[in-house]
Amino acid sequence: MVTTMSAVLERRDAVARLLADRADDLVVTGLGSPTYDVHAAGDHDGNYYLWGAMGGASMVGFGLAQAQPGRRVLVITGDGEQLMALGGLATIGAARPTNLDIVVLDNEHYGETGMQTSHTGLGIDLAAIGSAIGFADSRVVTTHDELARLISDHAAPSEGPRLAVLKIRAENLPRSMPPRDAVLIKNRFRAHLGLHPN
Amino acid sequence: MNVDELERAVEIDWPAELHEVFRRAAVGLVCYVPDAGHTALINLCTADEDIVTNVLTTEEEGIAISTGAWLGGTRSAILMQSSGVGNCINMLSLPVIARVPLLMLVTMRGEWAEFNPWQNPMGQATQASLEAIGVTVMRADTATDVVETVEQATTMAYHGDQQIAVLIGQRLLGKKKW
Repeated sequence: MVTTMSAVLERRDAVARLLADRADDLVVTGLGSPTYDVHAAGDHDGNYYLWGAMGGASMVGFGLAQAQPGRRVLVITGDGEQLMALGGLATIGAARPTNLDIVVLDNEHYGETGMQTSHTGLGIDLAAIGSAIGFADSRVVTTHDELARLISDHAAPSEGPRLAVLKIRAENLPRSMPPRDAVLIKNRFRAHLGLHPN
Repeated sequence: MNVDELERAVEIDWPAELHEVFRRAAVGLVCYVPDAGHTALINLCTADEDIVTNVLTTEEEGIAISTGAWLGGTRSAILMQSSGVGNCINMLSLPVIARVPLLMLVTMRGEWAEFNPWQNPMGQATQASLEAIGVTVMRADTATDVVETVEQATTMAYHGDQQIAVLIGQRLLGKKKW
C-alpha cells in the first residue's frame, strides 16, 4: 500500500492536469477539498460544486451522464465522500453508462475534519471494488507517468464507467471557494447546456 | 365516498394511469428500490423505451441521481417504500437547497392492517421526517386521488421547482399476504 504521507502526486496539480483539456466535459465535485481543488483549477460554467450531500457526488454525476449521453461527465471527489456511496458504485456498475468517469482523490484521510484515517488508509481497495462491480476500467494512480496515461486513456471512448483512485499527498491547502449558492450554480450550469432555469 | 365514486375507484388501474401521467409530463428517468405496491408501475416504466430506469441499492442514491438528471435537462421520479424515506434525509438537502424539482412516490407501510411491527416506526415517522427536511408532502388514499395528486405534483415539481413526496396509503395497497 502507498502511504499518502509519502505520495508523489499533489492534489491541486493533479486536478489541474485532469481538467487542462476538458473541452465539453461536465464536472461534478464532492464536498470539501475536491470542490476547492476544481475551483482552484479555474471556475467554469460546466462545473457543479457540492458543499454537502456527502455520498452524492458520483450519483449526481451518474444522473447527469444519463441525461446528457453525448457528453463526458467527470466526477472529482474524495475517498471519504466516495466511501459513503459504495452501494452507489454498484448502481452505476449495473447501469454501465459509457460517459461517466469518477476520479477519487485519495489521501486516505478525512482532510476536512482533522485528518482522521479513512478506510482506504486502513487497507480498503476502492479500485478493486470498482473492478468487481462492473467498471470497465478501475485503477490506482500513484505516479506522474500513470497520471499522464490515465488522462490519455480517459480521452478515448469507453465501453462502461471508469474509476481512478489517485493516491495524493495528505495536505491541507488554502481553500479556493466557489459560490455556496446551490441555486445560482444550478442555473448557471443549466444555462451552459442551453436549458432554462425551469 | 358514494357508490359511483366507489365503482370508479375499483375500475381505475392506478399504476397504469400513473405511467400515463409520467408520459404526459415527459418523465425520462425513474429510479426505484422495489416495493410490492410499486410492482406494476416499475414494470410499465421498465418496458417503456422513453424512460430510463435505475434500480438502486438505497433510496438516497435516487435523490442525488434525480438532481443530476435535472442539471442535465431530464425530469425524473423516484419510487420507494416508506421505510426508504428514512434513508434519504440528509441527501434531501441537495434538491432542497438547490431548489431542484423532486417527485417521490412513497408506498406506505406501518399505518393500516400492518402485520410486521418493524414497519411501524419509520412508516409512522415518514410524513414528519419529510416535512422536517423541507419536502412538501401530499397524501392519497384512493386510486382516483393517487392519479390526480401525482398529476398535479408533476406541475408543482417540474414547473414550480418544488420537492414533493406523494404518500400512497397502505389502505389502498391492500393487506400483505403472509
